[in-house]
Formats: sequence, structure tokens, C-alpha cells
Amino acid sequence: MTEPILSHTFPNGLVLVAEPTLSLQSVAFTFVVPAGCVYDPPNRSGLGGFTCEMALRGAGSRDSRQFIIELDNLGVEHHESVTAAHTGFSGAMLSKNLPAALELYADLLQRPHLPENQLEAARLVMLQELRAVEDEPAQKVMLELRRGHYPDPWGRPPQGEQEALEEITIEDVRSQFDRSYHPGGTIIGVAGRFDWRQLKDTVGRLLGDWEPREGAPVVEKPRTRRYRHLDYKSNQTQIGIAYRSVPYRDENYFQAWGAVGVLSGGSSARLFTEVRERRGLCYSVYAACHTLRDRGAVFCYAGASADRAQETLDVTVGELARLADGIENDELDRLKARMKSALIMQQESSAARSGAIARDWYHLGRARTLDEVGRLVDALTHQSINAYLTDHPPGDFTVVTLGPHKLEVSGEIS
Amino acid sequence: MKFRNHTLKNGLHLVAECNDEAHSTALGFFVEAGARDETDAVAGVSHFLEHMAFKGTPTRSADEVNRRFDELGAHYNAGTSEENTVYYAAVLPEHQDAAVELLADIMRPSLREDDFDTEKQVIVEEIHMYDDQPPFGADEKARAAYFGSHPLGRSVLGTVNSVTELPVDAMHEYFRRRYSPGNIVLIACGKVDFDALVALAEQSCGHWKPFDCRRTAEPATLQAGFQAIRKEIATQQYALSLSAAPAADNPDRYAAKLLATVLGDDSGSRLYWELVDTGLAEHVSLGHSEYADAGVMTTYLSCEPDAAAANLQRILDVYRRAESDGVTTAELKQAKSKLSSRIVLSGERPRGRLFAVGSDWVYRRQYCSIEDDLAAVAGVTAEEVSAVLAKYPLSRGATLTIGPLDDVAAPK
Repeated sequence: MTEPILSHTFPNGLVLVAEPTLSLQSVAFTFVVPAGCVYDPPNRSGLGGFTCEMALRGAGSRDSRQFIIELDNLGVEHHESVTAAHTGFSGAMLSKNLPAALELYADLLQRPHLPENQLEAARLVMLQELRAVEDEPAQKVMLELRRGHYPDPWGRPPQGEQEALEEITIEDVRSQFDRSYHPGGTIIGVAGRFDWRQLKDTVGRLLGDWEPREGAPVVEKPRTRRYRHLDYKSNQTQIGIAYRSVPYRDENYFQAWGAVGVLSGGSSARLFTEVRERRGLCYSVYAACHTLRDRGAVFCYAGASADRAQETLDVTVGELARLADGIENDELDRLKARMKSALIMQQESSAARSGAIARDWYHLGRARTLDEVGRLVDALTHQSINAYLTDHPPGDFTVVTLGPHKLEVSGEIS
Repeated sequence: MKFRNHTLKNGLHLVAECNDEAHSTALGFFVEAGARDETDAVAGVSHFLEHMAFKGTPTRSADEVNRRFDELGAHYNAGTSEENTVYYAAVLPEHQDAAVELLADIMRPSLREDDFDTEKQVIVEEIHMYDDQPPFGADEKARAAYFGSHPLGRSVLGTVNSVTELPVDAMHEYFRRRYSPGNIVLIACGKVDFDALVALAEQSCGHWKPFDCRRTAEPATLQAGFQAIRKEIATQQYALSLSAAPAADNPDRYAAKLLATVLGDDSGSRLYWELVDTGLAEHVSLGHSEYADAGVMTTYLSCEPDAAAANLQRILDVYRRAESDGVTTAELKQAKSKLSSRIVLSGERPRGRLFAVGSDWVYRRQYCSIEDDLAAVAGVTAEEVSAVLAKYPLSRGATLTIGPLDDVAAPK
């Protein structure tokens, strides 16, 4: 049995959701703030990431340097990320340092300096991150795949574009912060060793007066193309393939998850077996479910030497298509065994749990215990997954390749 | 936490940290076999052999090995370095016996020729993959530049040519040279039934024949210098600098890790404020790694090509200042706080403990609990950190830069 999940919604809309794990010495938090890159204004792509970078440069009574020094003194392993919908701030630390760490983040969220004299340094950081992606071809192809598959702005890369980053002003940053950092839609996930009453009081004291604001609307554009090739003088061709799936909150999500697990969960799964083990076509091949709030997708990746890339694409697409013919019971049994241990091992990481319960709340308006997830996985049968696959066969693929030659994609894809 | 150990008659060591509160069990065979045990003719064989271990045994095909790991719900992998090859799995405690049996089975692989030929292609793909990512390929080249002809300068992956040309017999021969039970430690962490572990190891590994597999250690003559390699497709410029540091058996290694944290941690260190906070570099870090008879401090830099020379100069200036002025008490205190937090956080997972306990045993034949490590970190003084810096100056080493530039000016 896992511990029950506790939650509280403050009058300003801020949600605190927490899962105690007393076997741990650590505690971790994840703030998800509704400041994702979908809210970047036109011609200002990357502004969400830029604003996050600036928010760390001093808040409350501490300047930029003092802020980071204080986090380091508390031994907070911190991490920031920007996704489509959110900017995330997470930290893991020894349990006793949680209240002091929360105080720092309460300043960041309500009283950031967003100092003009650091705008150019932050701009350089953002431009460096954008350039770094160019040297990570596997990451680049998956960013482009997401952009090609989801309608804009949902597929945007959070890194933004060079021209836009070069134009961003301090006013852009400040108005982006005012628009998108607000308590309605912000969720704090906390997991590990803590006292619930004390935590709730601390968060109420620090963030209860955070002023609510209206959230920004998102304007969608239709998706444009299905196959895109990017020329790159590399040894390998990177291949990204996407198809539609259901989002996390859909009642069929675990059926979709189970089908993808048969493709890619473990080394006896189909993609690893057929593409790598039997044919030696590549070192890395996988498929994974990705979810936004209202839609989901499956993203597949394979990287193979240019002269074997066509065969790799064909075999991979063949496996995706074959999924529609159904899965076997023993494939599901192995997936369930892996999931059972994954769920139990997740209790060993406060950082993993704090992020998981915060994201659960965003998708479902509540958080699932590991026991509940375990029951949902147990309830899967190969018949239920096959019924789902009959209704939702993989197809209508979006493909992106990056390498020295364009590949031939079959009629069904392009 | 309870420390237990046992040695089988054939020399296989069993070492466990038993924690009844843990949810899972982590198990790993640590083999003293790596790139340093190779010759040019078999470059890459240690890493290739690690792949082949999963390709079948006298009683299991490759598919059966993969299926069995998945049936046990195991989270498993293997890795090869300059000195060690590690095969590990994390499972629920109820699967301890089955996981030990399976890991032990793959430690005596069949190395069948058709599997060998298919897997060769996978290794070639792995080499190509890293070659397409300049930040990854560069570390092996930098080690080669620094260690020169010493075996620690050898490539773990080997080359497309050395792997393609490798005959299967050479792998059998290498296996017979390195995989003696006396050269292997079975480590277990988390919820461990130690008596059952001993019984199962007797049954699964007790028949392994011991043989002589001493590794000859020769003193390294470390190279200084500066080298630039052009990589046309790269966007950023990368640089790696290697310099001397305390080896695995040297108690100064804690001071060295704290020094690396003060100067080059990825948050709040001197290099961070100088180069990352200012946006002059995308990334810069300093890290300490330890080998049996050498230690290395590695500085890693990635930045825009035009800024590389000036950034290397800034790094050297930071090091020279530290060499003359030492580190402050406040910096040391902060570094201790960060390092202690990391020790506790990574120690909460049996998988995290496995590697800490494993390297303590492989390198030092010693067990250190989390509390021992925390106490050792807490006990380091600013004077000890300065002494390490005096003995192992960061300003003297070998630097390799790779990126779109033909040449980069060496710092003065």
C-alpha cells in the first residue's frame, strides 16, 4: 500500500498536492506554472524560456548571485524546464531544508527582479542553448517531429528561434511574466519526507496572497506537412515518426500505453527485437506516448547509418502497422511485470513522484496513487488492447528525417 | 544497513549492503575488464563483449535472455569503461534469486558467430552515433592525448575498422584472459537476502574455473599540450582539458571532489559565474574521475566557436587564481552541502548505492556506508583542498578542442 495523496486548493487557485514517503530522507518539489511556450507571442518564440532564465536572476531581497548561493547552501538540486503548457521549477533536498527552499521560490514567483542589466547575459544563454541543439541530431529530429505533428503552437520547440531571441526586450520579459505567472493553473507537487500540516501552512503563508490573474488564450493553427527532410552531413540518418494517440485523461489512455509498451517497453519488445537485435540496423530505437491535455501522440525514434536508413524506416513503420493486427498475452505479461517494478521503484525517488503528482493534477484535476496506477495496469488484457487497436490503428504518420539523404516514404505516410 | 561479504572457493567476491526498508534489490557483476586491458589488434573488444553477453548462453538464446529480463520486470543494463565492465539489474526483492541466476548465466556467454556478426553492426552504429555528436566523441580523443601510450588512453568503443576486423576467436581469447571469478565481484544493495545470495552464487558461479588474470600497472607519463581537431558539421566549439588528480586509492579524493565542486560545479561555482551566468559559454564544468593508478580532473567547455580561445583563457585564469589563493571557507561549506545532498539523494535508490558500494570494493576492497561518506566529506578542510591543488595543478594538462574551427589559440 502506498500513502494517500493529500491536496489543498488555496483561495487564489493555487493547488498543493503532496505524497508523503517516510522511508526517504529527502523531499522534492515541482512547481508547474502555466507559462509554457504555447504562450509565446507571435515573433517572440523562446520568450517563455527567456522569462524563466530571467526569473532566476534575483528575487525578493536577494540579487541574482545571492539567490543561487542560497539554493546551493541549502543543497537544493534544482532544475528548470519549459514545455508546451508549463514552466517547471523543481528541486530535491534534505527534508529539513524544504521550508527555506520554498521561501526562495515564493520570491521567484511573486517578486522577481527581472533585472534589465542581465538581459544580455540571459539572451546569450538562450542563444547558446539554441545552438547546442544543432549538435544533438537525435534531439533535433524529435523537436522537429513534434513541430510537424502537433498544430502550432502545441508543437513548438521551447528553445525558440534565433531572430526572435535577438529581438526580445526587457518589456517583453516583464509582460510575459505578468501574463503567465499566476496562481490559477499553478500546481505544487511535493513528495518524500515532510509534515503535511506544516507544509500546507508554509505554502499558505508564502503564496496564499499571490494575486490571481486571467490566463492567456491559446490560438491554434492547422498542421502543415507530413514528411520533412533536413539535410545534414552526418554518418547516421535520424528518423522520427509520429502518429495520433489519446491524451492521459482519456479513458483509453492505458490501452494506448499498453500497445506502445509492446512496441518499446524493454528489450524483448518488438522494435528493439526486430530493428536492432534481428537486423542490427541501429543502436537506439524506441517509441513513447506523449501527452498534452487535450491530445496525445506516439513519437518513435531510430538512428541508423545513412545506407541502412531506408531499411530502418521501412522495418519500423512495418512494426507500427503490424501493431493493428493485435498483441499477444505474453507480451502484455512482460510489460505488466516491468510496470509493477517501475511503480514500486518510483517510491524510491522523491523527485520523480513530485513531478508525477503535479502533472497528474494538471491532466486529471487529481493525483493517482501508485496503487491506483497499478490497478489500472492490472486491468489491461490483450483483448482490451486489441479492441483499442482495432479502433485506433497506427497510421497517418508524420515523418521527419535528418541526414545526408532524403528517404522514400510510402503513400500512407506522405 | 548491514554490510555482508563472502568469497567463494574460486575467488568470486560477494559484497552486500542489506537494507530491510528498501523496496527493491539492485544486483551487479563488476568485472575488472576494460579498454586498458586491450591491444590495438582487439581495440573495443571489452565493450563488444559486454554487448555479446546479452546475445545468448549455452542454455538461452538472445531472445530468451531479453525475454527473461523483461519477465522479471528488471531494470537492467551494462556499461564498459577504461577499467571495468558492469552488468546490473534492479528487481523487486521477490525476484532476487531469478535475477542472480540470469546475470550469472550471461557472465558465461556463448559468443556464437552469427550473433557476433549481427552485433558488430550495432556497435558500428553506436560508433557512428557518437561520432555525429561532437561533445561525446571528444572525451576519448582527449584521454588519448593526455595518457599518450599508457593503457588508460585507449578507446572504449574502438574504431569501425578494429570492430569490423575483430575475429570471434579473439573475443573468446579475451574472455579467457579477463573473466576469471577472482576478477569479478557480485554486489547487492537494497533489500537483500544475503544467505540466499551466497547459496545461489555457489550454485550458479561456483563451477567457474579460476585462472591468472593480473593486470600490470605501469606508471603513466602524462602529456601536456594543446590540440585542435576540425569537425565540419559541429555548430559549437568544445574543449576538454585533462590534468592530474588523486587516484582511487588516495584519501585526498574527497578534497579533489570538493575542489571540483567549488571551481566547476554546474551551478554556483567559480566557472559558472564567470562563464555560464554571463552567457559566454553554453556549458562549463570540472569533474574528478578516479582510476586504479591515476586520477583525472576533466574540464569541459562548450561555447560559440569565436569565443573559445577567450573562454579557455578565462578558465586558466580561474585556475591560476585558485592555485595562488586557495578556496574560501564559505565556498567549501557550500560545496559540502551540495555534495552531501547528492550522496543522500542518490543513495535513496538501491541502484544508486550499487555503484558507490561497487567502486569502493573494486578499487579499495573497502565498504563505506552513506554515513561514512558524509563524515569524510564533512571532515575535509580548506587547507587540504589547497594542498590538493598545489600537488595537482589544474593549470597544467592536455587540452583538446573540437568544432568547426581549424585552430584555436592556446591560452597563455
